[in-house]
Amino acid sequence: MRYVLHRILATLPVMAVVAVFVFSLLHLSPGDPAAIIAGEFASPAEIARVRVSLGLDQPLHTQFLVWVTRLAQGDFGTSIFSDIPVTRMILQRVEPTLSLTFLSMLITISVAVPLGAIAAWKANSIIDRLVMALAVFGFSFPVFVIGYLLMFPFAIWTDLLPVQGYVSLFEDPARWLRHLVLPSISVSLVFIALIARMTRASMLEVLSQDYVRTAHAKGLPDSKVLFKHALQNASVPIVTAIGIGVALVIGGVVVTETVFAIPGLGRLTVDSILRRDYPVIQAIVLVFSFAYVLINLLIDLSYKLLDPRIRY
Amino acid sequence: MLLTREKDGALASRTVRDGRTGQFRAAAIRLARRNPVAASGVLLLTLVVLLAVFAPLAGTVDPDAISPIHRLRSPSLEHWFGTDSVGRDLYSRIVYGTRVSLLIGFSVAVLSTGIGFLIGLLAGFNRLADALLMRIMDGLMAVPPILLAIALMALSGASVGNVIMAITIAEVPRVTRLVRSVVLTLRDQPFVEAAHAAGTRGWRILFIHILPNTVAPLIVQATYVCASAMIIEAILSFLGAGAPPTVPSWGNIIAEGRTLFLVAPYIVIVPSLFLSVTVLAVNLLGDGMRDALDPRLANRM
Repeated sequence: MRYVLHRILATLPVMAVVAVFVFSLLHLSPGDPAAIIAGEFASPAEIARVRVSLGLDQPLHTQFLVWVTRLAQGDFGTSIFSDIPVTRMILQRVEPTLSLTFLSMLITISVAVPLGAIAAWKANSIIDRLVMALAVFGFSFPVFVIGYLLMFPFAIWTDLLPVQGYVSLFEDPARWLRHLVLPSISVSLVFIALIARMTRASMLEVLSQDYVRTAHAKGLPDSKVLFKHALQNASVPIVTAIGIGVALVIGGVVVTETVFAIPGLGRLTVDSILRRDYPVIQAIVLVFSFAYVLINLLIDLSYKLLDPRIRY
Repeated sequence: MLLTREKDGALASRTVRDGRTGQFRAAAIRLARRNPVAASGVLLLTLVVLLAVFAPLAGTVDPDAISPIHRLRSPSLEHWFGTDSVGRDLYSRIVYGTRVSLLIGFSVAVLSTGIGFLIGLLAGFNRLADALLMRIMDGLMAVPPILLAIALMALSGASVGNVIMAITIAEVPRVTRLVRSVVLTLRDQPFVEAAHAAGTRGWRILFIHILPNTVAPLIVQATYVCASAMIIEAILSFLGAGAPPTVPSWGNIIAEGRTLFLVAPYIVIVPSLFLSVTVLAVNLLGDGMRDALDPRLANRM
C-alpha cells in the first residue's frame, strides 16, 4: 500500500515537467508568441487580438498560474480557429481514437505474445528466424506505408472493407469494426515487432530455468509448459514493454487517422497544425502524455498481480 | 640509379595498396560470411548513399522543374516513376529526396548521441545533476516522440534545420538513459573500484575505464536513432509539419500524393518503398553491429 501511494506520487513530478514543458514551448521559441500563433500573414491588429485573447500580455508567471489553474479544472482554453472550448473539441473526438487504440492493443497482444513465445521455444529454427525477420521489417515500414499497402488488396481491388471513414460504435457496431480493421492492423505492426522481440528475449531466459525442465520431465504437454509455466514467469518484462510501447501506438494512431480519414484526435492534431491552432495542439500533447503516464502507472501497479513474489 | 629507385618505390607502394585492397576484400568476405545480415545492410546503405551523393548524375532532371502538360503521367521510359500533380519528374524528386532523408537521419543520430552522451555522463557521475536531469528526461519521455516533434515543429516553422532540432530533442532522453545506465553499472565494477583504490584520478577513470565501454552500445543506439529519425521525418512531412513543401523529401512527396492516392497510387508507393528499404538497411546494420560488438546487448534491446 505504501508502494502504491509512493508510485502514484512519483508520477506527479513527471506530469509537472510535462506541463511546464508544454507551457514553455510557446515562450521558449524565438520570436513573439502572438505573432507565431497569428501566422505569417497576420496584420498587427490581428496579432494584438491574439495577444489579448490568449492573455499573452500578462507577465509570464501570471500566465502560467492561470493556465495551470484552468488545467486543473479540465479547461484547456479556447480554440483560436473556431472559438470552441478545446475540452469540448477533444471530447467530441475521443471515441474513434480510443476505439483504434484499444483494437490495436488487442491485436498486438494476441498476435505478438504467442509469436514471441513460439520463436523462443523453437529458438534458432526457421520459425524463429521468420518471426525475427518480420520484427525487423515491422520496425522499418512507417505506419502510413503499411496503411496504404493494406488498402489495395482489401479495399481498392476488392470491396471486402471500406477504404476510409469511421462509424460510431453506438451507431452500428458491425460497421464500426469493419472500418477499424485496416487502421488497427496498420498501427499494431510496429508494436507487434516490439512485443514479439521482447517476449522472445524474456521467454528465452525463463525457458532455460530448472522448473521448466522439471515441468517437461513430469510429462506436461509442451503447450502447457510454454504458456502456463514459462509465459507467466516471463510476463513482467513483457507487460513493461507493452506499457512503454504505448507511445508507439499513440504516434501510430495520430498518423493512421490521417491515412484512413478517421475523425479522431490525430486528425484534430493535423488540422490544428495547418490552422496553427496552438491551444488545441498543446491540449492534445498534454492529454496523450497524461494518458501514457497513467497507463504506465497502472502497469507498474499490476506487477504484484502478475508475480506474487514481488513485494513492495 | 635514381630511376630504379623510383620504380622500386612505385612498385612497393602498389604492392602495399594491393595488399590493402586485398585485406579489405578479405575482411568484407569474412563479414558477409559471418554476419550476412549486417553485410546486406551495409551493401544497401552504400547504394543509397551513393545515390544521394551522385544524384545529379543518376539520370535525373531538375527535381523542381514544373511541367503542367505532363502532369500525373504514369511511369514510362521518359519518366521512370511517372510525374506528380504539377508535372515534376518523380524519379528525380525521389533521388534528391534521398539526400534530405539521409541528411536528417545522420544529423539527428550524431547530434542526439552527442548531446545524450554528455547529459548521461553528467547524470551518471553527479548525484545532484542526476536527480534534476533525470526528472526532466522522464518528463520528456512521457510525451510520445512523434507528438513532441509535432509540437516543436508547429511552433518553430518549417525548415530542414528545425526538423533536425525537433527530432533530436525527442530522441535525446533515450540516449541519455542508456549512457547513464551504462555509467552506473560500470561505476560499481571491480576494475573501476580497483582503479580508485590504486589512486587513479576521477578524470583518468572516466577516460580510460568508462568512456571506451560506452562506445559499443552508443554506436548501436545511434543507428537505431538514425532509422527512427528518418521515419519521424517522413511522418512529420506526411502530416504537414515537416520540411517546407518545396523541399523534395520523401515525406513531402508522399504527403502530396495523399489526396491523389486513388488516381495515382505510385506517387505514394514508390517513395514509401525507398524510405522503408533505407530504414531497413540502417536497422540491419544496427542489428549486425549489436551482435558483433556485444552479444549480451541482443537480449537487452
